[in-house]
Amino acid sequence: MMHISRFKALGILLTALLVGMLAVPNFFSEQTVKGWPKWAQRQVVLGLDLRGGSHLLLEVDTAALRRDTLEQLREDVRRVLRGDAGLTLAGAPVVRGNGVEVAVREGDVQTALSKVRELSRPLAGVAGSAGQRTLDIAHLGGGRIGITMTEPALTERVRQTVEQSIPVIDKRINELGTVEPLIQRQGSDRIMVQVPGFEDPERLEEIITAQAKLDFRMVDESMTPEQALAGRPPLESEILYGPSREGRPSYLIEKRVLVSGADLTDAQPGFDARTGEPVVSFRFTAAGARKFAQATTENVGKRFAAVLDKEVLTAPVIREPILQGSGQISGSFTLETAKDLAILMRAGALPAKLTTIEKKFVGASVGQDSIKKGRDASYYGAALVIVFMVVTYGLFGVFASVAVAVNVAMIFGVLSLLGATLTLPGIIGIVLTIGIAVDSNVLIYERIREEVRNGRTPITAIDAGFTRALATILDSNITTFIAAAVLFFIGTGPVRGFAVTLGIGILTTVFTAFTLTRLMVAWWIGWVRPQQLAIS
Amino acid sequence: MRLHPSIPMLRIVPDDTKFDFMRFRRVSFPASAMLSIVAICLYFFVGLNFGIDFVGGTLLEVKTKSGEQADLAKMRTSLGTLGLGDIQLQTFGTPDRVLIRIPQQTGGEAAQNTAKEKVKTALGDEVAVEREEVVGPRISTEMLATSTIGLMAAILAILVYLWFRFEWQFALGAMVANVHDLVLTIGYMCLMQIDFDLSSIAALLTILGYSLNDTVVIYDRIREMLRRYKRMPMPDLLNISVNSTLSRSIVTHVTVTLSLLALLLFGGHAIHSFVSTMIFGVVLVGTYTSVFIAAPILIYLGVGTTRAAVEETAEAVKA
Repeated sequence: MMHISRFKALGILLTALLVGMLAVPNFFSEQTVKGWPKWAQRQVVLGLDLRGGSHLLLEVDTAALRRDTLEQLREDVRRVLRGDAGLTLAGAPVVRGNGVEVAVREGDVQTALSKVRELSRPLAGVAGSAGQRTLDIAHLGGGRIGITMTEPALTERVRQTVEQSIPVIDKRINELGTVEPLIQRQGSDRIMVQVPGFEDPERLEEIITAQAKLDFRMVDESMTPEQALAGRPPLESEILYGPSREGRPSYLIEKRVLVSGADLTDAQPGFDARTGEPVVSFRFTAAGARKFAQATTENVGKRFAAVLDKEVLTAPVIREPILQGSGQISGSFTLETAKDLAILMRAGALPAKLTTIEKKFVGASVGQDSIKKGRDASYYGAALVIVFMVVTYGLFGVFASVAVAVNVAMIFGVLSLLGATLTLPGIIGIVLTIGIAVDSNVLIYERIREEVRNGRTPITAIDAGFTRALATILDSNITTFIAAAVLFFIGTGPVRGFAVTLGIGILTTVFTAFTLTRLMVAWWIGWVRPQQLAIS
Repeated sequence: MRLHPSIPMLRIVPDDTKFDFMRFRRVSFPASAMLSIVAICLYFFVGLNFGIDFVGGTLLEVKTKSGEQADLAKMRTSLGTLGLGDIQLQTFGTPDRVLIRIPQQTGGEAAQNTAKEKVKTALGDEVAVEREEVVGPRISTEMLATSTIGLMAAILAILVYLWFRFEWQFALGAMVANVHDLVLTIGYMCLMQIDFDLSSIAALLTILGYSLNDTVVIYDRIREMLRRYKRMPMPDLLNISVNSTLSRSIVTHVTVTLSLLALLLFGGHAIHSFVSTMIFGVVLVGTYTSVFIAAPILIYLGVGTTRAAVEETAEAVKA
């Protein structure tokens, strides 16, 4: 059995060579590799802990989203019943629990029910929700109608929010001018953002988590904000505040939106021609420009406000109709805040508020240091293991060392192929594999020793050694592989990197033990034709 | 004998060792039971030093800009007045680096940020922040839950695999042996107050994997011997199995230890606790367990019941 056909030998060597070759691009800089054909460009991705950068884990504020959605539902109910159906309501719609309750006159119940039912949509996107709709509508008796948001509808809403947020975040980060951000959805309501090389996690967080809902609205001048604060503000207006830099002045602002941030095409930071202070100039889309022109024409002499996330940035007086569809916001900006606001305006608003639940930042120098130490540990580890193996098993130890070297090359090859992330724990996984990989060889050699002692001839002993060690090697590696797989599924970030290299290391170890080591030994036998085997 | 071409050989373990490992079970079982109880007591009375991954909070690694030794006492006083709870400070690797741990603040994610900013302001311009991690309360609770479930799932999956490959007694024996490993390692982590974070879970799972690896190698041999020697008393058979795999066990442990030592000595401070846990678990406990616990426990689990009868008569004769 120690004879290996030429065809098979070629296959083994080619596999090892090809997989090992995949690691080659890692020895060259990214710039050099750029000039190579596309298939040869794959490199191992360094984790944030090795290259430095910022990491954020964001979560959709489900409670706030629920509140907003229900508030929207309340508005819709009021609109369809009062506006569309022209009913007189016995009681205004109110948010109650997971729904909205409204009271109509007894005679109007049927009309109201059918009208409200139009608001309910069938659910399509959620698994296991076939036939379900977004709203449960019931007559509670006495003219009261309960409209409840179904659980799948809320889940669907969260899912959509995450989906819509990702491109916005991507755009914002790209506007910052950074390279290769990683933005991934995690679970149902989370988004992971990693920006390599970006060393200011606070600024990143501010830019990503700002909802950036920008509206232009009219200032309500029917009373002063002080009056409104003392008594009750008009139903269609609300009290909003200016930036804290200016001492948070209060404004009474209409709820109605003239033009929203969605109507912008461009925004750029700049300086005011007269005062020289930083401003953000912007341009509307054609539709936005029309709306803005109309609103400013109707309201010359009154004040309007630019409101960002419930903060009044500025509230100037309209001196003349603004027809050209562009303008500028000034509001005691620094150059940096003007720049950030322009980014937010260009990238658009997030559909909901995002909260940071995990934030990590690693300085580039810490990463560099880790790489250097990891590399040192790998070299020393490999050297110690190789010396020990050669001293213990002689020529067979050399075979084992060659197998280990090929093994490490293959691990890097597979990592490059998968575009997997190498982290500091990942390096530990590789060094550990160096120590473990020789175990397969040890199992085989020890078995051969025993077979020789049991009186077999060298060639049959070697053959029996390989065959009998096979089952043991498989069993022992599969248990470790199970542990690595579990770790891959529960782990995040760096720890996952450990699971990846450990798992890949086990696969390449089993491969090299059964093919490469065997091939080397078979060739050696064919060449030397040993009469005695001094492996023992 | 000489290898051709001749290379001198170092024999790590002499051939045909005949240590009576099984006799030690009268010592090793009570000893392991005692140690396990100690480990469990350590867990309940001293407790694990949970890192921010599992309890939330903020971790800052700072470095003095001057490159001089950091004044821990001064930092401690200035941070102590902030009223943010028990802020831990320790030098990390070199004397100019300090690791600062701010405990979880009440008031959700935003409160962690405020606390961190306060600490940064209090530290002033003398230090630069090199690394920071903020873990919110929700994510940490979740991580603890997933890790516990993951660890259990791994144990279960391995149990099922072994059951499938061997008889149930072997699976159970391996399980007892390896839960014993995990318990002792957790005890060690309590004793040394090693930061228990996500990478500790990685260490525990790897220890589980490798000490099973060892156990499986011995079990494989026992199974083979059971087929070959139908009449041999169990303790003898187990002794032969352990002795015949002894050389392999030792060589493999030397190589694993060598690579772990390389990591410990050259891998830097960041992975120190991870590697020291692995050395304890894989090298110290794992090896002992597979020889002195996993193998002899098969006697009690009734592997080879027909042989058990032979063993009883033999012992009765001795007595």
